[in-house]
Order: sequence, then C-alpha cells, then structure tokens
Amino acid sequence: MPVMKKISMLLTISILLALTACGQAKNEGGDKGTGGGEGGDTKKVTITFMHLWPEGVSAGQNRIVNQIIQEYQNDNPNVTIKQDVLDNEQYKNKLKVLSSSNQLPDVGVTWAAGFLVPYVEGNLFTPLDDLLSEGLGDSFVAGTTDAYAIDGKTYALPLEFNIAPIYYNRAIFEQYNLDVPETYEEFKQVVSTLASNGVAPIALGNRDRWTGSLWYMYLADRIAGQEALASAIKGEGSFADEALLRAATEVQNLVDMNAFVRGFNGLSNEEAKSEFLNGNAAMYLMGSWDLPNFTTNEDIPQEFRDSVGFFKFPTVEGGRGNINSWVGGPGVGLFVSEKSPVKEEAKKFVRYFVERWGEQSVTGAGVIPATKVDTASLDLPKLYEDLFNEMNNATSITLFADVQMEAQAAETHLNQIQALFGKSVTPQQFAETHDKVLQR
Amino acid sequence: MDKVMSNKKVIALYVLPALLLIAVIIYVPLVLTAYYGLNAWNGIGSPRFIGLSNYRELIRDGLFWDSAWHSFLLAIFSTLSLILYLAVAMVLASRIKGANTFRKIYLIPMLLSSVAIAQLWLKVYHPTNGILNSFLETLGVKNPPSWLADSSLVLYALFVPILWQYAGFYILIYYAALKNIPTTLEEAAKIDGANALQIAWRIKLPLTMEVVKVTIVLAAVGSLKYFDLIYIMTGGGPNGASEVMASYMYRLAFRSYDFGYASAVGFFLLILSLAVTWIIRRLTASDDKIQYS
Repeated sequence: MPVMKKISMLLTISILLALTACGQAKNEGGDKGTGGGEGGDTKKVTITFMHLWPEGVSAGQNRIVNQIIQEYQNDNPNVTIKQDVLDNEQYKNKLKVLSSSNQLPDVGVTWAAGFLVPYVEGNLFTPLDDLLSEGLGDSFVAGTTDAYAIDGKTYALPLEFNIAPIYYNRAIFEQYNLDVPETYEEFKQVVSTLASNGVAPIALGNRDRWTGSLWYMYLADRIAGQEALASAIKGEGSFADEALLRAATEVQNLVDMNAFVRGFNGLSNEEAKSEFLNGNAAMYLMGSWDLPNFTTNEDIPQEFRDSVGFFKFPTVEGGRGNINSWVGGPGVGLFVSEKSPVKEEAKKFVRYFVERWGEQSVTGAGVIPATKVDTASLDLPKLYEDLFNEMNNATSITLFADVQMEAQAAETHLNQIQALFGKSVTPQQFAETHDKVLQR
Repeated sequence: MDKVMSNKKVIALYVLPALLLIAVIIYVPLVLTAYYGLNAWNGIGSPRFIGLSNYRELIRDGLFWDSAWHSFLLAIFSTLSLILYLAVAMVLASRIKGANTFRKIYLIPMLLSSVAIAQLWLKVYHPTNGILNSFLETLGVKNPPSWLADSSLVLYALFVPILWQYAGFYILIYYAALKNIPTTLEEAAKIDGANALQIAWRIKLPLTMEVVKVTIVLAAVGSLKYFDLIYIMTGGGPNGASEVMASYMYRLAFRSYDFGYASAVGFFLLILSLAVTWIIRRLTASDDKIQYS
C-alpha cells in the first residue's frame, strides 16, 4: 500500500502541476541528502529548500535568498543548498501533496497557527526549541514565535512580521480637503465625502476573501475589543455577542455607503490594489508587506509613492478597542522536516538564514522582519520607519482570523465574509454560522 | 503483416504499454479515490476508516447540492448551445464566401489556454473599466452590474466564456461531419425541389445524428466535471454562488484539508457522470441505422 500511495501521490503532483500550468514537474524526493547526521562536517551534504519567492513576483526576497545561500555555501563548502521555488498558491498545494507522501523538503516555508496544526499532528515538522534556547530566541521581536508554537513547542521560526494599516492617497485627501480620520465618525465622513464626489473611497479585492476579513477584524477589535474577538475565534465566546454583531452590521453599513470599489466581491486583491495605485481609490487596508510598493518599487511612479501615507484604523465611539491595537501577525516561517536525513545540518542552515534575513530584508526587500533590527543606523524610507515605530508602540496584535482558525473553520469564515460584504447573509446568520463551526 | 497481428504475444506487447499507463494514471487513482472516500483523512496523517459516513454527510450537504445544481445548469446550457453550433457549422459547410476564414476565427478560443481566456474575460467583466460595462455606460445604462460580484449573475456571466471556449471545438466536429455527407444527396434533393431549410432538417441533421449524440455526451459530461475557468475567475465565489462540483471538491481537499470527504465528492462526481452518460445514450438510442447510399 505505501508504494501505491506514493505512486498515486506522484500522479497527483503531476496532475496538480499540469492543472496550475506550472512546468516544474521535478520530483526531488529521490535526491535528498546522502550524507548527514551529526558530525557530518566533512561529508557532502545536500539540503533541499522549498520556498515561495520566485524571481518575478518577489524579486527583492529572491535576491536575498540567493545571497544568503551563496554565503552559507561559501562558509560551509561541504553543503549544497538546492532550491525549489514556487508561487504562493502552488507552493501550498505542493507542500500538501509532498507531505502526504512523506517527501517534504529538508527546509521549507510554512504559515503560523491553524495552517501548522495538521503538519504538527502528522509529526512532519521538527521542534526548533533547541535553536531558540541556544540564543537565537533573543533576536526575535517578543511574541513573534508564539504563533508557531503548539503545546509549548515551536515548530517554525518566523521571518517576517506584519501589521495592517490603512494606506491612503494624500493627493486625493488634499483635493477634497480631508483630514486623516481618528474616530470612526470622522472616517465615515471621509467615506461619504469621497463617495459623493465620485471617488471610490476604499480599494477592496474581496474575491480573495481574507482582504474583507481584515475590515471585519478591525471593526470587531475596535467595537468589541480584542478579548471578545479572540475568545469568539477560539470557540469559547460567541460571534453573536452584541458588540461583535454590531461590527458585522457596521461592515454592511459601509457597503451601503458605497465605501468600497464597485464589484469588490468579484475583484482579486491585485485588481483592487491597482485601483489604489492608479489613484482611482483613496484608501487601501493592507499588510505592511505592501510597503515596498509605496516606497522603493521603481515600477511605480515616484509621484504616486510620495503621496502615500498611512493611518491607524480609527477608534469607534463607545467601543472597547484601542487605536494602538493592530491586526497582523507573523508572515511565513521556516520549518525543518522531521524526517529529513540531514536534520542537524538543516537546523544550522535555518539558524543562519534567520539571522541573516533580518537586516537583509529591511534594506533589500523593504519588509518588516521578525528579528530585531536596529533601524537607526540604516537609511530607510520615512513611511517604512513610521510604520516600524508604530509596531513598537502596539498594545496588542491580533493574528489574522483565517490564520488563527483551522483550515475548515477558516474556509467557512472566509466564505461568510464574502457573504456578509455581499449582503447575502444578515449579521445574525453570519454569527450563527461562525459559532456552529468554531464551537464544535 | 497479418501473421504478426495474429500472434497473441505481439498483440500483448503492443497493448501493454498503453494499458499500463491507463491503469496507473486512471484506474489505480480511481480505486484509491474510492477507498479514501471511505476514510476520514486530512491528507497528512494516516486515514481512518469510517465507512459510508462521508457519503451520508454528502447527501445532507447543502453546499454540495448547490454546486451540483450549478454544474447541472452548465450541462443544460452547453447541451442547448450545441444547436447553435450545429447551425453555424451548417452555414459554414455550405460553401459560403469566407467560410474558411470564419472557421478559423471560431477555432481561436480553443487554441488559447484556459488561464489566458480567464484573464481576458476578467478584463471584459471588470466592474469599472471593463469593456462590457464601458459599453453599457455609453449606451446610457446608469449602474451596470458587477458581473462577477453579483451572486445572482455570476454563474451566467461565467457560462458565457465557458461556452465560447468550446464553440470552435464543436463547430469543427460538426463541420467535419457535414462535409462527410455525399454531395449527391443534396443535389438530388435540390432537383426534387427541396429548399435549404428542408435540406438541413431532412437530410443533414439525420445524417449527422450519430455525431450529435456523441457531442451531447461530451458536452454534458464535460460540464459536470468543469473546473478551470471557474477556479481562476471567481474561485467559486462569492460565497459559493459560482461553485461547481469539481471546484467544491478542490476546495475541500486543498483549502479545508478534508481529503477523505473530497474523495467522496470526487467519486460521486464520477458515478454521476457515468449515470448521465448512460441516460443520454439510452434516450438517444435508435434502432434504424442510417445508410448513405
């Protein structure tokens, strides 16, 4: 049976790759490291590393990865790092398929919390606590590794950390004499002024669903407070909580005010982003990973980049949320496969990678790393620095809902978000459906 | 040559590679899918046998039946559109001016990859700067719909590119079938005073009927398992409004990590396709063999 399973999985891979129109139907299972184990310093070791920063889509990250690998190989001549690069969605699919046939790469990229659970339960990732206790732990921003911990063991080390501000187009705001809103009432004023002048207030690509989830998360956080939201997501509290219901109602109010670009439920995040980049929409709630587009990305006109600012999600009157509480969380992290024949070498590489990534990623890719970086000595765009400082002032950071929940619940949540924004469910039904999947 | 062909060993030798390939690529995964359908399995750990529970859940799963209804609608529409394709093929086959050029134009969508078609139609349907809504606005329509965001429209908006994608394929098949009809029949009918409509209805249609039957099966079954444009253009959304059985299966397996249940859906889809094929064959079966001469 295991052979059959392997064969069928290989086939699934090939079908999948054909399906996603991807030409990289290599199977790297066969040529995993032959040397290995402890004390294999002089033996030839090959570490396979699967990641999701292709040259085209994430040029900055791709360059850094190659640079770090090059350095590591120079320092450790016996080690060869073999990369397998895929696009985000394809990466997720391939990881899934490889794990069911026990052919995970030695080192790979994973997401936090809910995503991690089945892999940990399947005993596929190895705990990395020894790396943390050997001093690496101190270099992380406090709390960033928590999302990767299950039952007290940390199964991956984060590379990025993200929070989601509302980016806005200063030129449009100036044109209509608008100030940055600090309360939700002011925010609604801004929305209705823009809408009545025929400018789309907010770019939202809700075909991707997690984009709309950000809006709901913030409203829930500001109105009901972080604890209520957190306990509802854990299944201890309820989404039918009065304040959480109000947050869902508020989402639909925004829709009624034409706050979001037309047809947002059918637009992808990329399409929505281009509305913002073209100056058709005035605001855009998105993670800090998009910072390079507003600071250093030469493909986007300087004039536009200069006009982008950000503000914190405004507070709601009578709400329990704090303006310095953010929605965000660690991005991707690195795992080491439990069944890797070169586990120790792989761990060493992960350690090196995480340490080098911090500074490199700030200057080279413009993303916010999960490790502590002294930005004072670096010459960084102002927007980046401001957001970086905001993160240090954060009172709490709520992990993205779809990352917190396990796959099935996340799927329900995301669909319900689309339904809520599309007004095909009432806030009451929205809450009931959530409770049904989360409380079982 | 005849001698070689009557040698059983040689026959086996020739048949074996293809047989092996089909067995490994189609039949083994099929059996495994049926097996996984009886298990609770998240695709990572080891499967746990739960008998028919997945199928019991399937029967009560409203989302599945919604997606099944959408697939069924697509099957109806693509079958009905065959009439149109046949009509077009008849016009093209009747030696009109530029028939050759038209035939090539109709074939172009078939040459494009699904992803390219999806990107093209995403641009067409774009709510603000899409060509369709821009056109409607110049006609004076105040608030043109957001085609892919409106849950009551999205399914039909998706049917258009799907049908468009396959039009050339069916027209080509019909064209070839029509070209196969001996011209003597048509000439004889003309001499007897039949008009173009009568020739189409009484001669061309009956003589292409066998091909039409095959295309009905192709269209219906192809629609039931349809996946690509829907996956790329809407991902089944908003909130499942454009979900079809295959995209629902994909979502269960790769988003909800429910491989066992997804396998059950996949296997059910297979059974359904087989049943539909059988039903269509029964309904269109006829005893009289048509002879050309």
